[in-house]
Amino acid sequence: MLTIKNLHATVGEEGLEILKGLNLEVKPGEVHAIMGPNGAGKSTLASVLAGKDGYEVTEGSVVFEGKDLLELETEDRAKEGVFLAFQYPVEIPGVSNINFLKTAINEIREYRKQEPLKAKEFMAKVRESSALVELDPKLASRSVNEGFSGGEKKRNEIFQMAMLQPKLSILDETDSGLDIDALRIVSDGVNKLRNENNAVIIITHYQRLLDHIIPDFVHVLADGKIVKSGPKELALELEEKGYDWLNAEKV
Amino acid sequence: MGYTEEELAKDLENQEYKFGFTSNFESDKAPNGLSEEIIRFISAKKEEPAWLLAKRLQAYEAWKEMTEPEWAHVHYDKPSFQDICYYSAPKQSKKYESWDDVDPEMKETMAKLGISLEEQQRLTGTAVDFVMDSVSVATSFKKKLNELGIIFCSFSEAVQEHPELVEKYMGTVVPSKDNFYAALNSAVFTDGSFCYIPKGVRCPMELSTYFRINEGGTGQFERTLVVAEKGSYVSYLEGCTAPMRDENQLHAAVVELIALDDAEIKYSTVQNWYPGDKNGKGGVYNFVTKRGLCERNAKISWTQVETGSAVTWKYPSCILKGDNSTGEFYSVAVTNNYQQADTGTKMIHLGKNTKSTIISKGISAGHSHNSYRGLVQIHGNAENARNFSQCDSLLMSDTSGAHTFPYIECKNNSAKIEHEATTSKIGEDQIFYCKQRGINEEKAIGLIVNGYCKEVLNQLPMEFAVEAQKLLEISLENSVG
Repeated sequence: MLTIKNLHATVGEEGLEILKGLNLEVKPGEVHAIMGPNGAGKSTLASVLAGKDGYEVTEGSVVFEGKDLLELETEDRAKEGVFLAFQYPVEIPGVSNINFLKTAINEIREYRKQEPLKAKEFMAKVRESSALVELDPKLASRSVNEGFSGGEKKRNEIFQMAMLQPKLSILDETDSGLDIDALRIVSDGVNKLRNENNAVIIITHYQRLLDHIIPDFVHVLADGKIVKSGPKELALELEEKGYDWLNAEKV
Repeated sequence: MGYTEEELAKDLENQEYKFGFTSNFESDKAPNGLSEEIIRFISAKKEEPAWLLAKRLQAYEAWKEMTEPEWAHVHYDKPSFQDICYYSAPKQSKKYESWDDVDPEMKETMAKLGISLEEQQRLTGTAVDFVMDSVSVATSFKKKLNELGIIFCSFSEAVQEHPELVEKYMGTVVPSKDNFYAALNSAVFTDGSFCYIPKGVRCPMELSTYFRINEGGTGQFERTLVVAEKGSYVSYLEGCTAPMRDENQLHAAVVELIALDDAEIKYSTVQNWYPGDKNGKGGVYNFVTKRGLCERNAKISWTQVETGSAVTWKYPSCILKGDNSTGEFYSVAVTNNYQQADTGTKMIHLGKNTKSTIISKGISAGHSHNSYRGLVQIHGNAENARNFSQCDSLLMSDTSGAHTFPYIECKNNSAKIEHEATTSKIGEDQIFYCKQRGINEEKAIGLIVNGYCKEVLNQLPMEFAVEAQKLLEISLENSVG
């Protein structure tokens, strides 16, 4: 589904290199966790994949479902099925969640040459998806993320994921700022959305999210590269030992 | 009443001789320039009563002594008042008995304004009085309004048919010497709309007028007078568009609203006149005086969505004369490229327990400048007056400017005045968030801006709100920088 080869990327006008030859292969049905110390390039990876301004790919390739992802506009990547659950979801005052999602869904459907979703079907989907993350249906008609608590914002991201049904979801530190109950709700939501056709990349600092969403692979990202990959047990090892031993191992 | 084509043809022959017009001209048009003679010409052309001509001449005398205001935060080349044509009527100036009689070409023009009036009439029961180059060409739903005693017609027609009402109310809210442009309008206005709602009547439909400037180099001096008798209600919509023009066109309208005891007037405007090109060439100068008077328990609500014109100078205001009266001002002003807008309101609290609300949303893009200028004035007798003002500015580019000039004058200690103001820049984060959900930049800006303006757009009648939303999106295309 996703093949990243030797990805190099810089940020800002100074062209500071953050990603330094990253490789990753994600197949349908898989969950990959990417862990690593602060400043390793985890969020940069998410931004580069989503196509955020300010990042420049200097080398390497990203192929998603047979297409050169880096050639696509940000919105077209979304339409192809790439979804980013934001670490800091953005507030859009005056725009209701419903209106926002309806616009998004219909843009995506148009791209796929499908008819716009009928109001009834749309509302049924809203009910189903909000129940999935135990999101108060009232929040669905409130302005996007405005006045939401930290936990509500994160649940709203997963609600949107459920609405948009992406092929590849990138969860950027979705666990940060969540209490134990919210963490369970969000994780359950993601688990229910998993199937053999979609894939999830989880970016996180901590092992605790991975107790709920069991990854097939754990990768350690350090200094812009994946320095170690392994099964889910690797996460526990990282939790126990920290990241320093990896540097020692490398040397 | 009004002209028949024969009369018009006859008139044309005579004037052609009288004013030395040379050859076949497409519209019935006065020579450029302003003089007492021209004013007499306009008045005669419109077969006006003597008192109206006298008013015009008085205004003209006053105007000659006045100078153009310079306090607004706008810069432009002053119009040359002798190069403007003060009277121009479309070739086809015959009145239509029914909508079906209207020239198909004219209908097409209206369709280009983005809204099918036929559709509007059928679906929404909206009566439309369409003003094209100063002369009303279509009036509908008149019958139904007639049954209720509601008068909704062109200003010229009102002068002929209801001179007593026009004489009684015209100039009572905006005196002819009020300001430079109001004086000019009072001297040379050609047409406009008149609306009268009898006592206790609730007007069952939105009354709507589409203004349009059509002739190059033609000044537009519209005059609108709305009188709501005691306990009556009316919602009035004014929409404006103008085709592309190279030279600047001056528009100096006067709108007067009179809400008698317990009456309510809602006045909504969507204005998208030609704003000039990307380099700031051309565009309409919109110098408008709009003011309403509230008697006891009356309410006047102004809602405006201003996206057009090269230069805007406009302050729809309320004089809260009667006790317990209410004034509201909801405004969205968008400027892009080199547009300049200086707009806001004046809330004059004279009566006791008077209330006013001001919600202003400015959006500046490109190299434009957008200013809010507002006055809240509480007079000595205005016990327990209340005002709430909120002025928000949204910047879409680094090269645009947002300015706020609030004035508060309070002469009564019991007054409560609140003022909130914010300035923000449209977030790249917001746009990225939308794009990541599959919404392209243009649509994203539309969503964000419409969300930002929601409080104001919610005040508009449904059909108008939809049009206004589209207009905001069009006005801000490719504007993030």
